Amino acid sequence: MYRSRRVFGNRSGEVARKRLKLLLVADKTNCSPEFLEMIKDDIFSVVSKYLEIDRGDVEVGLTRTASCKGSDYVPALYASIPIDGRLLRGNFNAVI
Amino acid sequence: MSEVIVITSGKGGVGKTTTSANIGTGLAMLGMRVALIDTDIGLRNLDVVMGLENRIVYNLVDVVEGNCRMKQALIRDKRYPNLYLLPSAQTRDKSAVNPEQMIKLTEDLKEDFDYILLDCPAGIEQGFRNAIAGADRALVVTTPEVSAIRDADRIIGLLEAKDMGQVQLIVNRVRTDMVRRGDMMSVDDVMDILAIPLLGAIPDDESIVVSTNQGEPLTGTDTPSGQAYLDICKRLLGEDIPITVPEGGRGFISRLTGFLKRA
Repeated sequence: MYRSRRVFGNRSGEVARKRLKLLLVADKTNCSPEFLEMIKDDIFSVVSKYLEIDRGDVEVGLTRTASCKGSDYVPALYASIPIDGRLLRGNFNAVI
Repeated sequence: MSEVIVITSGKGGVGKTTTSANIGTGLAMLGMRVALIDTDIGLRNLDVVMGLENRIVYNLVDVVEGNCRMKQALIRDKRYPNLYLLPSAQTRDKSAVNPEQMIKLTEDLKEDFDYILLDCPAGIEQGFRNAIAGADRALVVTTPEVSAIRDADRIIGLLEAKDMGQVQLIVNRVRTDMVRRGDMMSVDDVMDILAIPLLGAIPDDESIVVSTNQGEPLTGTDTPSGQAYLDICKRLLGEDIPITVPEGGRGFISRLTGFLKRA
C-alpha cells in the first residue's frame, strides 16, 4: 500500500492544508512564498548585527490588522523574532 | 417569496451538476415549486443527470431569443410535478446570452416558482457572470483538495465583489476514513480556510455514480449522500439540522478491506 507518511514525513492532509494556506496568501497578495523567504533572510541578517538570534526561530508572514487611522482592517507584514531570554527580565512591552 | 440560488465552484468536476439536481429534487420533494436551470451553454449535462434528456424540445437560448415561450421550454420532472428543468443549448456557446437577459429570465421565473436553481459552468468567464447575474444567493461546491479549494476561494472573492447576498459552502466527496487517518483535509479545515458558513457536507458515495447512471437523483433515498442532500434542503428551508459527515457508502470489497485494516 502507498504510504504517504514515508514520502512526505507528514500526513498528506496536513501537507495539503499547509500548501493551501501559503498558496492562498500568494494568490491574494501577488507575493510568493519565496518573496517572504527573501524578506525573512534580510530581516535576519539586519537584526543579527545587533542581537543574538536563531534563523530557525524567525517567523515572517502576512496578516490583517486594524488600521491606525480608522476601524478598517489592512494587510500587514509581521515578523516574530525571539531573542535570548537573558537579555530581558520580567514582562514588559517596548515599542518604537 | 421566491429565491434564486446559483450553484458554483470555479473548478470543474467537483459536483455542481449533481448537487443542483439533488437539491432541486429535494426541495421539490419537500413541496416547493422548483425550476432548475442549466446555464452551461454548449456543454449541457443537467438534463442527463435528471434523466430528462429525451424530452428536450426548446432550450434556454430559445427562450432568451424569443423563439419560444418559457412554458414550452420547461420540462416537467418524471417524479415531481412541481419540479421543472430549463435545459441549456448544446449547439451554441456562452456568448449567446448576456447577464441582463439572465436577470430578466430569473425575474420571469420568480412569478411561478419558489426556488430557481442555476447550475453554473466551470470557470470565471462569461458563463459564470451570466449564471450569477440574477442570483440572490450562492452555494459554493468544493471537494477537500488543494486545487478545488483554491478555485473556490477565488470564486468566493468574485461573489463578494458582486455583492452576492448569502454565500454558503458545500463540501463534496468527503471520505471520513481518509480524514480519520490524516490523508484528507477535514470539513473543518476547509471551512477554516474558506471562512464562509457551511451548508452541508456530502460523503463520497458509490450510490451517486449509480444514480447518475440511471438519471435519477437520490435525495431522500436510504443512502449516505441521499440523506446528506435531504438535510441540505431542509436547512435551506430554515430547519436547524446539525451538520454531520456520514460515512460514504462503498462497495462490499472496499468495506471488507477497510474492516480488515482496522482489525
